Amino acid sequence: MHPMAPPALPPFEAFYAEYAGVVLGFLRRRLGAQHAEDAFQETFLRALAAYGRLRHGEQLRAWVLTIARNVAVDAARRARESAEPPDLGREDARPAFAELRELTDGLPPKERAAVVLRYGYDLTYDQIAAALGSSPVAARQAASAGIRRLRRRSES
Amino acid sequence: MSVPADLDLRFRAAAARAGLLDAAYDVVESPVGRLLVATTGRGILRISFDADADAELERLARLTGPRVLRAPRAVDEVRRELDEYFERRRRAFDLQLDLRGVAAFARRVLGELAHVPYGRTATYGELAARVGNPRAARAVGTVMNRNPIPIVLPCHRVVGADGSLVGYGGGLERKEALLRLEGALLA
Repeated sequence: MHPMAPPALPPFEAFYAEYAGVVLGFLRRRLGAQHAEDAFQETFLRALAAYGRLRHGEQLRAWVLTIARNVAVDAARRARESAEPPDLGREDARPAFAELRELTDGLPPKERAAVVLRYGYDLTYDQIAAALGSSPVAARQAASAGIRRLRRRSES
Repeated sequence: MSVPADLDLRFRAAAARAGLLDAAYDVVESPVGRLLVATTGRGILRISFDADADAELERLARLTGPRVLRAPRAVDEVRRELDEYFERRRRAFDLQLDLRGVAAFARRVLGELAHVPYGRTATYGELAARVGNPRAARAVGTVMNRNPIPIVLPCHRVVGADGSLVGYGGGLERKEALLRLEGALLA
């Protein structure tokens, strides 16, 4: 194998075995133990639905944590709507969006995620769509909208 | 952090139920050892003896796609039929087969093999003759050795012209055990 070739995509079982614990820990901190289990299943079902479209095994940790983050946001919204405020006080201390974090701070969540995944992690729009639970077109639009917003912000 | 067993099992069952897997597998205990059994939406794909799980999963992923997951529920039907077979309550399997990746000649040989009855044996040469190529006994032997679904496709029932067991992909001891189970070998 060429030394610069990206790692091959592992069988889903190996991916799941490696990241299940990390994802569950993340979701427990975000949502509390009670809501974390549903979110855990939702996260890995979304990952599974998109897994066949991944072309290599790079950044899988960032990828699955992004999915988990979006599932957690959805779960928190649902919980708010059912007037059961979840425990959001203990944010994950190690966000996946390290590099572009400050720059994109304040963007709407989907735009921010799309920008960071596209330009920070170089994921394809297919992969981003899977992570965000949306379509590739919507992912591209979210990234463009985020960039436009950042431009406007830097110009003002 | 380790994932609680019930949560883990619930996810695996949901994944299989959602139809999202390229292949599901589980390890099935049997009198001839642990069998790694893999199935797809088309049918049973693999039974492996002494499988190195990591290498086997890589092989399954190359054959079917990367969404390969251990999902015990997806293998329940095969497990039940295997259990019945080993308890001598079943003489034929009612399972769909997924023979993707099997070349045309091997497919024809395996098709004939499926007709060798429970408790009986056929020789490599007889099987070769049944696919219209009586001189291909050695090629038939190779097909038996690479049989992707042993036990269900009964390559243990294929023996040498002199009745010797000759060989078995899972080891001769297993071949002998299966033939004894079926009453094909006396004493």
